[in-house]
Amino acid sequence: MAKMTLEELRKLRDSKKSDLRKRDIAGKDFQIIIGMGTCGIAAGAKGVFDAFMEELDARKLDNVAVTQTGCMGLCYVEPTVEIIAPDMPPVIYGKVDATVARLIVEDHIMKKKMVSDHVFDRPSADIIKDGGK
Amino acid sequence: MALKNYILVCGGTACESSKANDIYEALISESKAQGVSDDVQIVKTGCFGFCEQGPIVKILPEDSFYVQVQPEDAKELIAEHVIKGREVKRLLYAKEGSRKHAKVEDIEFYQKQFRIVLRNCGFIDPENIDEYIAREGYVALEKVLFEMSSDDVINELKIANLRGRGGAGFPTWMKWNFTRQAKDGQKYIVVNADEGDPGAYMDRSTLEGDPHSILEAMAIAGKTVGADKGYIYIRAEYPLAIRRLEIAMAQAKEYGLLGNDILGSGFNFDIEIRLGAGAFVCGEETALLASIQGGRGMPVPRPPFPAVKGLWGKPTVINNVETWANIPVIILKGGSWFSQIGTADSHGTKVFALTGKIRNSGLVEVPMGTTLREIIYDIGGGIANNKEFKAVQTGGPSGGVITKEFLDTPIDFGSLTKLGSMMGSGGMIVMDEDDCIVDVAKFYLNFTVDESCGKCAPCRIGGRSLANLLEKVTKGTGTLADLDQMVEIGEAMKKASLCALGQTAPNPILSSLHYFKDEYLAHVIDKKCPSGKCKSLISYYIIEDKCIGCTACARKCPTAAISGERREVHVINQAACIKCGVCFETCKFGAIEIR
Repeated sequence: MAKMTLEELRKLRDSKKSDLRKRDIAGKDFQIIIGMGTCGIAAGAKGVFDAFMEELDARKLDNVAVTQTGCMGLCYVEPTVEIIAPDMPPVIYGKVDATVARLIVEDHIMKKKMVSDHVFDRPSADIIKDGGK
Repeated sequence: MALKNYILVCGGTACESSKANDIYEALISESKAQGVSDDVQIVKTGCFGFCEQGPIVKILPEDSFYVQVQPEDAKELIAEHVIKGREVKRLLYAKEGSRKHAKVEDIEFYQKQFRIVLRNCGFIDPENIDEYIAREGYVALEKVLFEMSSDDVINELKIANLRGRGGAGFPTWMKWNFTRQAKDGQKYIVVNADEGDPGAYMDRSTLEGDPHSILEAMAIAGKTVGADKGYIYIRAEYPLAIRRLEIAMAQAKEYGLLGNDILGSGFNFDIEIRLGAGAFVCGEETALLASIQGGRGMPVPRPPFPAVKGLWGKPTVINNVETWANIPVIILKGGSWFSQIGTADSHGTKVFALTGKIRNSGLVEVPMGTTLREIIYDIGGGIANNKEFKAVQTGGPSGGVITKEFLDTPIDFGSLTKLGSMMGSGGMIVMDEDDCIVDVAKFYLNFTVDESCGKCAPCRIGGRSLANLLEKVTKGTGTLADLDQMVEIGEAMKKASLCALGQTAPNPILSSLHYFKDEYLAHVIDKKCPSGKCKSLISYYIIEDKCIGCTACARKCPTAAISGERREVHVINQAACIKCGVCFETCKFGAIEIR
């Protein structure tokens, strides 16, 4: 995209905002968001990323977007992964390794069941969620 | 199809011990008994960090937060909440909680954390500018470019009373105002990302998780004070943060949010990254500026302050990463919103890197005025391995220890200084009963001695002398006079050193001497290290009754200090022993003791 004017920036923001609300990235229904700060990567997030890709591939699931984010602050349970699925509350998983990643695809994404013992809580409310006002 | 409800049962160690497992089983059998086992899933989760109210049960999607739940309550939870869709009021956490210091409506009542600086960390893809923009990104810059005057911006910062998060707590609006008023054509904006405290990684996480917030804040400052050029000084040992900043800068430039004529406003602003080699002293602002100019990282006396005479002698606004990350939110939500959070002395929040002997280590952001007890026990889940809390070091090598009796002190800039420590940049290292306080002080002091630039005598010579005296104490050759001399040298360094590195270097010693005099005396008078950490003061002995003569220890001993025949009691030759502890770890019969 070329340099924007103020109007173009505002338009872009509005359109992206509704995307983010729907949490619809490039037309995908599900999102797997992997914590990829230095802390997450040091704890094995790259291997988790690969495991998700392989598992999605093996099961031929093409409506799942896999993206990255920064550190959520839950250092003691890294790597962390957030799953956003239709009709389900967003869930944050901690202590995710390749095995847990495959389980998340099988249970959470395919059967809409959470994976016990790995569910954690986002550490605080979101101050931006209501438009930051 | 998704299930009707998900019932999350806290499976943290604290809740686990308070019958969480029984509740889990009870909920499963009740859901079967009442015929809804296909509509709900009972899930065991990690710690919710609210352990004193445990066991905790949370039901989604309503987000109902039930506390002190008993196995007998399972029947009612299933019958009322799941089947009839009515919350069980008597088990809900009473919302009139202990949030006196933060009357912000949208705080979720049970969460102690409140995230302004880390607002986007964990929410957005840091390498995708669109996600930042979608979360009100660059709205603050729009306001500053098109709606607010420089006076308005300074005024909002003044109402917010944001104070520098690098540690010193100087009001940000004053810095900006000095630079704004300076009558110089060229001015600069600088981000201090030279995070060097052992155990601190607040700035790294912010830059890695939300790089655009820093770029936006820099452009806001540039417009406000009349600067068109900014530098980010970051250590080369943060490669991921650097890469994400570079990506963010390229994207912002492509969108016209950096560069010439930003959004058609006529305002130009460019940013460059400067890599530091990792010298602690370069976190000091004048040394940092010298390093950007290609000089050796050494501080110069202030005044003149950088705000008036900084980079290449020009007026320069220099703030820490965390300070910068607050700026867009203050512009977005207003100074008065910000000023409601925190204490009278210190507004807003503070990010801490909670590490050491803590169960749930992590990056936490709390409103100022939160107590250490809330951070360590409610958020951090208490001390790891059920050990006793001994002390917490705040402010890294520039701070001091805080003991048990002060755990309920609300944290702000003033209160920590009063306790002989300081806010610092936000490292928070928890110690337990196994840590030797003298050893910890030695660790920090050796760090600052290594990192001293050597320019001024009080820091260079004073630091070395302190380290020598402390070495004597841990070797068992220290005297009471040495302890007095340590205080004397420390006080002199505080008064006479050129920069904060030397001025604060004695803090770990002075505060630990104040709060843990007994432990120093044990080293000096009894020649003992109560925690068994100072090697010169401990000896390993073999307990005759327990030794069966298996020879395992003798075979592992690296200096052949252990002798004895097979099936006979072994003996350690104290003169040859290097106290490595291998025999202690090897012995399966508990026959080795530390005296």
